[in-house]
Amino acid sequence: MATPRDNSTLTEMLPPFVVGIIILAAWEAACRFFAIPAYLFPAPSAIGQSLIADGPSLMRALWSTLKVALIALGLATLIGSIVAFLFVQNRLIERSFFPYAVIMQVTPIVAVAPLIIILVKNTQVALIICATIIAVFPIISNTTIGLRSLDSGHKNLFAINNASRLQSLIYLRIPSALPFFFAGLRVASGLSLIGAVVAEFVAGTGGRSAGLAYEILQAGFQLEIPRMFAALFLITMTGILMFSVMVVLSKVALGPWHDSEHEQEA
Amino acid sequence: MKGNVVPMFDPPGPPDQKPEGAPARPLLRLTGISKTYANNTVALEGVDLDIRPGEFLTLLGPSGCGKSTLLKMIAGLAAPSTGTIDWPQSSYDALGEPDRLLGFVFQEPTLLPWRTVFDNVYLPLKLAGQRKAAVRERIMEVLAQVGLTRFANAYPRELSGGMKMRVSIARALVTNPRVLLMDEPFAALDEITRTKLNNDLLKLFAKQNLTVIFVTHSVYESVYLSSRIVVMSARPGRVSSDMTIDAPYPRDEEFRTSTIYNDYCRRASEALRQAMAESPEEPE
Ligand SMILES: Nc1ncnc2c1ncn2[C@@H]1O[C@H](COP(=O)(O)OP(=O)(O)OP(=O)(O)O)[C@@H](O)[C@H]1O
Ligand SMILES: [Mg+2]
Repeated sequence: MATPRDNSTLTEMLPPFVVGIIILAAWEAACRFFAIPAYLFPAPSAIGQSLIADGPSLMRALWSTLKVALIALGLATLIGSIVAFLFVQNRLIERSFFPYAVIMQVTPIVAVAPLIIILVKNTQVALIICATIIAVFPIISNTTIGLRSLDSGHKNLFAINNASRLQSLIYLRIPSALPFFFAGLRVASGLSLIGAVVAEFVAGTGGRSAGLAYEILQAGFQLEIPRMFAALFLITMTGILMFSVMVVLSKVALGPWHDSEHEQEA
Repeated sequence: MKGNVVPMFDPPGPPDQKPEGAPARPLLRLTGISKTYANNTVALEGVDLDIRPGEFLTLLGPSGCGKSTLLKMIAGLAAPSTGTIDWPQSSYDALGEPDRLLGFVFQEPTLLPWRTVFDNVYLPLKLAGQRKAAVRERIMEVLAQVGLTRFANAYPRELSGGMKMRVSIARALVTNPRVLLMDEPFAALDEITRTKLNNDLLKLFAKQNLTVIFVTHSVYESVYLSSRIVVMSARPGRVSSDMTIDAPYPRDEEFRTSTIYNDYCRRASEALRQAMAESPEEPE
């Protein structure tokens, strides 16, 4: 069971990996050949050196950003699920509040972040609020759609067996909603990181932050371009990692039954 | 040791045992049933039907004549636009809501994809508050009946269409229903499985005090199984003819080769042809 799957993952991972190696090699070669100075455009080796040399401070920054993103993701999941439940309980609730969820989603977070950072004294809390605001929407909308997307045959099945409202919720609505919820969670995980970084930038320009965005800003001021790239690299890696964790999480939760987890075999 | 496990929904016995031959009170009375869907499709018009307890009644008719619609209304899953559905015998609660003595095999398997075969069959019992440990044997028994013992731990996506349908049949049987509504339950099965399940159903019908309302497109199946065939015509759906199959149960493979069986098949085919003639052609 495990072997063919691992093989397919490997064959799937190999091509992008090779492409990555080629790009890095070309980049390194170009930088050396044209003797581009590191403060203009650093070679991968310079970035790697900075990653090691500035490791401790970068890691501290990374942890600070990651903490904000993870707390925001947790809050967005909690709030988003609760709001979705309220929405499906009552059409009036949904109609009254959904527009505000949309407004929150479409207002650029960069525009709102300064306001929040001024209003909320604690920088950490302000960052978390910003990141939560942009991560919560995909959870709300996906979970709402999921909780509503009931198969009429399943509905009949539960009706014929005199299922109570609570039983229908636990044994039918929630399981039917899970694939939608996880799709929302994947998007939200990326957005929570973006939200955290954006908010850090805004706060960082006011000199009140410690995350990776702040590192990037500082490195820019001091023309330590390799360090800037190293921080960027860490942000990207963190994003990929968070996304992968969500994919694994949804595989574990939906694995045995949901068709979207078995596309290769279909 | 087995005796303390199986009977959980065992019928409390027929409400009023009447002597054979006396005009039985209908179990179910449909009067002037019509159904118009929101898109103005008239699925049924003026259907009157009495269903007697202990009957094996088959609804036979062309596609789209409203058989599924009628079955759903009988089960209380849809409301008729006009007309009434009465259950004069009170195996139904004060509100006229069907209680758990009803089993329904839907036209689609409607299995829950996130539950194994075993847990799908367990579902009706779970919803009725039964503990899994207490009913394990009963579930394995019905799974054996539909020949799926080996697949108890499989997920629906690993099953063929016919196997899914058999799980759905097992799920309807697991509660020991008094009234069994079956919407083309065997249509997706191969001939041999179909024959076997036909015979199993007849055995069940003979053993338990069961009323079956069955939908099929197959004239042969309807004659083999039923004590009564109601032929319907389409657009709008209505009762075209109503024939009693006067052959005693238990029936077995011998019945299939008898002249009386062939005779009924011919008559049922003729009735169906007539019903089709009453229905206008498909608009497409
Ligand atoms: N939910 C619905 N909305 C609108 N029209 C419907 C709906 N369900 C069924 N119909 C229409 O009602 C008519 C009867 O449908 P029904 O499913 O009861 O037919 P049927 O006799 O079971 O057909 P088949 O043998 O193909 O299963 C059809 O013309 C169909 O188009
Ligand atoms: Mg039908």
